[in-house]
Amino acid sequence: MTQGIVRDTPYDVAVIGAGVVGCAIARELARYEVSVVVLERSGDVGNGTSKANTAILHTGFDCVPGSLESSLVSRGYHLLGAYAEEAGIALERTGGLLVAWDDEQQAALTSLQEKAEKNGYDATQILSAAQVRDREPNLGEGVRGGLAVPGESIICPWSTVLAYALEAASAGVSFLLNAQVTGVARVEGLHVLATGQGDVRSRWLVNAAGLFSSDVDGLCDHDDFTVTPRRGELVVFDKLARDLITSIILPVPTQRTKGVLIAPTVYGNVLLGPTADDVDDPFATATTEQGITRLFEAARKVVPKLVDEEVTATYAGLRAATQFQDYQIRVHAGEAYVCVGGIRSTGLTASMAIAEYVTGLLGDEGLELTARMLVPETPDMAPLGEQQLRRYLDAAAIGRDPAYGQVVCHCERVTQGEIRDACTGVLGANDLGALRRRTRAMNGRCQGFYCGAEVVALLSELSGRSPAALTGLDS
Amino acid sequence: MTRHNEIDCDVLVVGAGPAGLSAASELRALGVVRVLVLEREAQAGGVPRHCHHTGFGLRDLHRLLSGPSYADELVRRALASGVQILTATTVTSLEKNGQAHATNSSGVHDITSRAVLLASGARERPRSARLVAGDRPPGVFTTGQLQQWVYGKGLPVGTRALVIGAEHVSFSAMMTLRHAHVKPVALVTDLEEHQSVAPFAFAARRFFGVPVWTSTRVVAINGQQRVREVVLEDVRTGAHRVEAVDVVVFSGDWIPDYELARRLGVELDAGTLGPASDDGGRTSVASFYAAGNLLHPVETADVAALRAREVARALVKDLANDSTSSSHDQIAVRVEAPLSWAWPNRFDPLSPVSRVALRAKTFSGSRLLVARQDGREIGRERVGRIVPNRSLSVAGAFLAVADPGRGPVTLSLG
Ligand SMILES: Cc1cc2nc3c(=O)[nH]c(=O)nc-3n(C[C@H](O)[C@H](O)[C@H](O)COP(=O)(O)OP(=O)(O)OC[C@H]3O[C@@H](n4cnc5c(N)ncnc54)[C@H](O)[C@@H]3O)c2cc1C
Ligand SMILES: Cc1cc2nc3c(=O)[nH]c(=O)nc-3n(C[C@H](O)[C@H](O)[C@H](O)COP(=O)(O)OP(=O)(O)OC[C@H]3O[C@@H](n4cnc5c(N)ncnc54)[C@H](O)[C@@H]3O)c2cc1C
Repeated sequence: MTQGIVRDTPYDVAVIGAGVVGCAIARELARYEVSVVVLERSGDVGNGTSKANTAILHTGFDCVPGSLESSLVSRGYHLLGAYAEEAGIALERTGGLLVAWDDEQQAALTSLQEKAEKNGYDATQILSAAQVRDREPNLGEGVRGGLAVPGESIICPWSTVLAYALEAASAGVSFLLNAQVTGVARVEGLHVLATGQGDVRSRWLVNAAGLFSSDVDGLCDHDDFTVTPRRGELVVFDKLARDLITSIILPVPTQRTKGVLIAPTVYGNVLLGPTADDVDDPFATATTEQGITRLFEAARKVVPKLVDEEVTATYAGLRAATQFQDYQIRVHAGEAYVCVGGIRSTGLTASMAIAEYVTGLLGDEGLELTARMLVPETPDMAPLGEQQLRRYLDAAAIGRDPAYGQVVCHCERVTQGEIRDACTGVLGANDLGALRRRTRAMNGRCQGFYCGAEVVALLSELSGRSPAALTGLDS
Repeated sequence: MTRHNEIDCDVLVVGAGPAGLSAASELRALGVVRVLVLEREAQAGGVPRHCHHTGFGLRDLHRLLSGPSYADELVRRALASGVQILTATTVTSLEKNGQAHATNSSGVHDITSRAVLLASGARERPRSARLVAGDRPPGVFTTGQLQQWVYGKGLPVGTRALVIGAEHVSFSAMMTLRHAHVKPVALVTDLEEHQSVAPFAFAARRFFGVPVWTSTRVVAINGQQRVREVVLEDVRTGAHRVEAVDVVVFSGDWIPDYELARRLGVELDAGTLGPASDDGGRTSVASFYAAGNLLHPVETADVAALRAREVARALVKDLANDSTSSSHDQIAVRVEAPLSWAWPNRFDPLSPVSRVALRAKTFSGSRLLVARQDGREIGRERVGRIVPNRSLSVAGAFLAVADPGRGPVTLSLG
């Protein structure tokens, strides 16, 4: 593991961007005798769009039939579903329920069912209003009918990215964090990537820069698409709201967006969102008063009791929308360059299939893919899901290591042992966001009223960074 | 799977704050043999441990102490009376049969007892729960977090701060900021006046130059790596303005920590959001009692402690009578706006209610409190000046004439 060290010899492949897509690609490539470096501008993996989404493992039932997205989402659904079980990534197969609230929406259900079948998903079932109510007794007035999509599932998006990255790293992939690529040059058949930490050279280049994929495309003298960030705001409700719903409650989608859904999370919260607003700033992840108000209006109709529950958090994520409907995955063979852009609103689900596809493209274009003798080991992720055996309830784990019995974050019941684990080793957390994504510490209803000071002190001790640096006072 | 440890006691107390400790001492004094208090923090004492200013203990210990000294004194008394306190031990769930489950570094524990007293306290609503929009940078605190930050860990806070809220605790936040050499720019409240006592507001302005910005609402927080500014709105005109600060402290706006109670199936009162209970702390589930700020947020520590002793007495009475009384079949007390809650919010007309605590959402001068049952007036009582976020206390005698067969009693201002 060479986190943070630029080496002289060229890599076979450089991947720009350590989001869920870049990390999945790195993990896939790590299964072959290929040297790989991942360059990431931020201080952690999965710190872009991949950290702020709706966390649904989509069946792909409502994709555009025949599109690349459709095939990669339905394949990715199965790949990630299986991988999650293996790696201990929290996953719950709750099923989805699309609810029709008027005649027009009711009429659309049949065509949605047909569309699902065209997408290779034939388990949907049209339900009467009574059947819908039976499944979800807390829905508001005016239900006309519904479409059950039993395969829709919820997953932990943070553990997913981290699992890919850890697996890749254990197989020798280098992760260069805080290394924004600011220039790409072709010198003697190699890509020379300028980063704040020095130049990195590689034979092949994969652009998985998410919202910045068109900028990186520009650095490579291409101008195939433009990203217009589409902001999605979300509200996380208290875990005590979890019993209000049993499955993912979806609206009938429109051309533009899948619409506002109400979904359980694997941590036991309820998620409401996302909105869909075009913005021009790729850093505009602030929430807005209007956005939150709109979400509450939607919730008031769909699950009226939800709005009486306490809110634990609000956040916003940016989809890398382009002028095209489909993913923008292109090979520029002569330039040994693959662009993986426009992975808009299904990238978490499709990530492993995208990785497989991109690796295939690289192989087709001449990257030699010899399977490694030693297959990288699937990492064993910390149990963050409420359906998993959390450490604080695991008598055997506490017996082995008393730190798993010492609760630090009371709302999320995160133990000192888990915080220590998250800060140690390869890709260990060294900022608060990274720690929160690895453990959920401070992500609960009190947002640090009880544990904030303790967690910051602990992180400072474990990471060697000063509390001032950890809280943005040093820059 | 490794075995769970089994613990048996007479009364289990959840939480070693002023309420839990005072109730536990009282239980021992009344002859309960095995009283076990479980506390999830490394030290017993509750919130006062972090309040390094004076103002604790007047009504219960009859002297004025700092928070930590007050907490230490309550712990000392509890231990001296024979209470067993286990710290760094989190109660993780409760069952209706009286079983409790807890975790600490020696394992997972199953606890049986004859009665459980919940004293898990209250917390301030953080920024997210108040739906304040904008970025999510570091530099945003609650008072509770700030005090542990400053007094507990000595961590750096920042340079310029706004305190959101203008109730008692907001002035406490201001003092903590000053102690940490952070400039409090102002206290901000969307109400038309502060809700503390006049001397606090006067002193803040006169001696520390900290004004209270009334009728002002926080709209958003901006800043990526660190709080840069706060967007404020004048609620009368709708006009926005921006204040450059790197610290925002959200104070007050309390909510009971009811997770264990609610998951157990205890009925919560719609006003207090704490367990619905009578003045003996009886909840809707037999053998489960509640005390302190969990019941109605928030009172001063001494008030929480004194009322918790009353709960201990009720609990002992029930144990002696082998009674499994709960608030389930009692008469409910509801309130109409602008009242926000009343406590006790359940009562048994056969046992007199000495006092009723009330809160309202808006300011008002002295008013008549009218009690109705089934549409009929059953009593009235004059109440003094009403200030939001502060309790008002009235004699409870008027409840004695309520008829158990006629449904809830509704309180309103005439
Ligand atoms: C509101 C919302 C809800 C969503 N819900 C779902 C869902 O339920 N299910 C689902 O499957 N998908 C969902 N998505 C989509 C999914 O989150 C994205 O498709 C996915 O995260 C995209 O991953 P990525 O790796 O392409 O991008 P990112 O996660 O943004 O990663 C790109 C990385 O590249 C880095 N980078 C950029 N430029 C440079 C540079 N020059 N040098 C170095 N590094 C650079 C960035 O810092 C970033 O870390 C949702 C998206 C949003 C916004
Ligand atoms: C900033 C500030 C200033 C204040 N100033 C004053 C003042 O000057 N004078 C005054 O009289 N009062 C003051 N108060 C109010 C006073 O602190 C409270 O009224 C008092 O602490 C209430 O006591 P309690 O026992 O109900 O709750 P708490 O003190 O909150 O105690 C609850 C305890 O329960 C524990 N607990 C919760 N859940 C669990 C669980 N599942 N397992 C184990 N343990 C658990 C908690 O860790 C905590 O220790 C102030 C409060 C604050 C925040």
